Amino acid sequence: MISTMECAADAQSLISISLMKIHNSRTQRGGIKLHKNLLVSYVLRNARQVYIKEKYAEIYRMQQYEEVMTVCNEIQELNPLDLDAEDAEDEEQAAAHARTSSAIFGCSPLDDGSKEPDPCYYRSCCMEPSPVPHCDQFTANNSSSSSSHCNKTTVLDLDTHVVTTVENGYLHQDCCCCDALQCGQGARSPARKRKVEFSCCVSDVEDVSDFTAARKRAKREDCCYSNIDYTDTSNISNLISIFGSGFSGLLSRQSDLEQICSKQVLASLGAWTRAIVAF
Amino acid sequence: MGEDTDAPPTLNHRGFLPDHNYVTEADIISTVEFNHTGELLATGDKGGRVVIFQREPESKCEPFSQGEYNVYSTFQSHEPEFDYLKSLEIEEKINKIRWLPQQNAAHFLLSTNDKTIKLWKVSERDKRPEGYNLKDEEGRIKDLSTITSLQVPVLMPMDLMVEVSPRRVFANAHTYHVNSISVNSDYQTYMSADDLRINLWHLDITDRSFNIVDIKPANMEDLTEVITAAEFHPHHCNLFVYSSSKGTLRLCDMREAALCDKHSKLFEEPEDPSARSFFSEIISSVSDVKFSHSGRYLLTRDYLTAKVWDLNMESKPLETYQVHDYLRSKLCSLYENDCIFDKFECAWNGSDSVIMTGAYNNFFRMFDRNTKRDVTLEASRESSKPRAVLKPRRVCAAGGKRRKDDISVDSLDFTKKILHTAWHPTENIIAIAATNNLYIFQDKLNSELH
Repeated sequence: MISTMECAADAQSLISISLMKIHNSRTQRGGIKLHKNLLVSYVLRNARQVYIKEKYAEIYRMQQYEEVMTVCNEIQELNPLDLDAEDAEDEEQAAAHARTSSAIFGCSPLDDGSKEPDPCYYRSCCMEPSPVPHCDQFTANNSSSSSSHCNKTTVLDLDTHVVTTVENGYLHQDCCCCDALQCGQGARSPARKRKVEFSCCVSDVEDVSDFTAARKRAKREDCCYSNIDYTDTSNISNLISIFGSGFSGLLSRQSDLEQICSKQVLASLGAWTRAIVAF
Repeated sequence: MGEDTDAPPTLNHRGFLPDHNYVTEADIISTVEFNHTGELLATGDKGGRVVIFQREPESKCEPFSQGEYNVYSTFQSHEPEFDYLKSLEIEEKINKIRWLPQQNAAHFLLSTNDKTIKLWKVSERDKRPEGYNLKDEEGRIKDLSTITSLQVPVLMPMDLMVEVSPRRVFANAHTYHVNSISVNSDYQTYMSADDLRINLWHLDITDRSFNIVDIKPANMEDLTEVITAAEFHPHHCNLFVYSSSKGTLRLCDMREAALCDKHSKLFEEPEDPSARSFFSEIISSVSDVKFSHSGRYLLTRDYLTAKVWDLNMESKPLETYQVHDYLRSKLCSLYENDCIFDKFECAWNGSDSVIMTGAYNNFFRMFDRNTKRDVTLEASRESSKPRAVLKPRRVCAAGGKRRKDDISVDSLDFTKKILHTAWHPTENIIAIAATNNLYIFQDKLNSELH
């Protein structure tokens, strides 16, 4: 891993500076200096790698989160108000999750009523009633409040100036981080009331296809972002795409991970979507 | 290791306007080289000129001027050219000067710019024939009727005149920029290295050269490294070394094959993965490589360190000296202002016990390999009065404990860089090029090397 500690400039500014140097070298007296340009291209490659990895990590996190949210919403549609006395304790924990996650995501638990969530732009969690794989770890904020909360979330996309109001449930993010597949699949069987430990979730293979559909939708949502109007950083991302095809000898050590997502990420490099979750 | 300094502290190339801060770019010294006896010192500049200094012989009547260097000759070596095919201007900047060992009364040196190498003959004329029969003193033809007898012309002493004439021009052999030339110990051949190729020449043949190293990939997009410096072994005429931008050194034996792409030895230090940064490749690029006088060791310089390698150990350097490690946290700014691309040279002393290299703020550093002591000295007008002792300098890290006269890292002047230094082959005399000024320091107390 490249340590960026020593450098105040971030990867993107290094990319800009490097491209500027390459551009200026063309008009320098004495012709293009091969050695210097080669070194600049190394810096460019390093900055690009760091940038892509950061971007990928961010997108991956978003993807994971949205996948689970999608699944949660689907669960909610199936069984939004299934409450049980036995689940009172679970509901408390669920409420605790609501509080914790709203603290994290800025959502506030509101009245129930689940609607079809807008596939794009939701930032809040979804809540799973009884079939939720409860994370016993999160007992910090136990309090009694009503169950089956649904969050009403307003999302403002600064690039497209679209305001979206989303009403859905929530799921604590840590459940997202654990096996989303398991969580999702666990939620597939609403009739089964399970108290699931954090580390072990029952996986239900038959519901893979639904989950895959959810995942595909999440991916498509991500691609939506790339269609947003580019800022002037798009020039840089275009140059990076072009430059990425040159000096391919420098790219020989790219990881597979990078190759899979690089195309997608490169496309989204210019899209600085800054969605603010307001409530 | 104290140094007594002597000789004029500054020898301004142009000889005038020494007090002005404005520096003409053409005056910036780009190479410095002593000849094999140390009697002559040549400098090249960005304007394509070569200035040769000669050491005055020590005389008893003027004890203080013994061993000073004075201008011996100045000539224009290279002119700016234009490559019409590629629409590129070829700079006249002298990249390297190398002296040939002296074999007769004349001196020969090779000078090169980015594309063309030239062999110059430097000779003295201190006598001229007088008493011609057909011509008078001014060279006019005499009236034949006035000639009554024959006389033999006699050589009469005249004011010393130094004549420099180009004897060979080695052109059109390099597609890329020539960065090094090195004369072989056989005194018949020499090599010239550009970014991707090294050519072997015979000193008498200008229309042909042999390519001995070619690292150009079939597809230029696969390019990962370039040649940064090359030198022949001082004693073995079949061995030479070249350094790369990846920080590797390759020792090649010309007896093995005509094309020495395959190295005999590869000197490489594995990279420390924890020290990886955006600029790892830049700071590991070797900017200079020099064989020791003994031929047993190699001295290399990269951006932050100088390393001594043993020819018998390829896995890692024998010694590593931190030249200015305080710059490690400033690499980003140095990248922005292009200073990170500066190519510092390095030098051995005559006995291979001390190595020297330049730094910023007109500082240069010497490392004693035996005592492990090092010193930082400054080459500047203010600190170098004639015959003054150079005061050791110190750079303290930002925020560190600061002594009087210390310089903090943030106050360093990065426009004042000492890229070119040279050490007399046998004595403790060093030549330091600081932008457009040449400083020559002598160690009077320790004239004999130890």
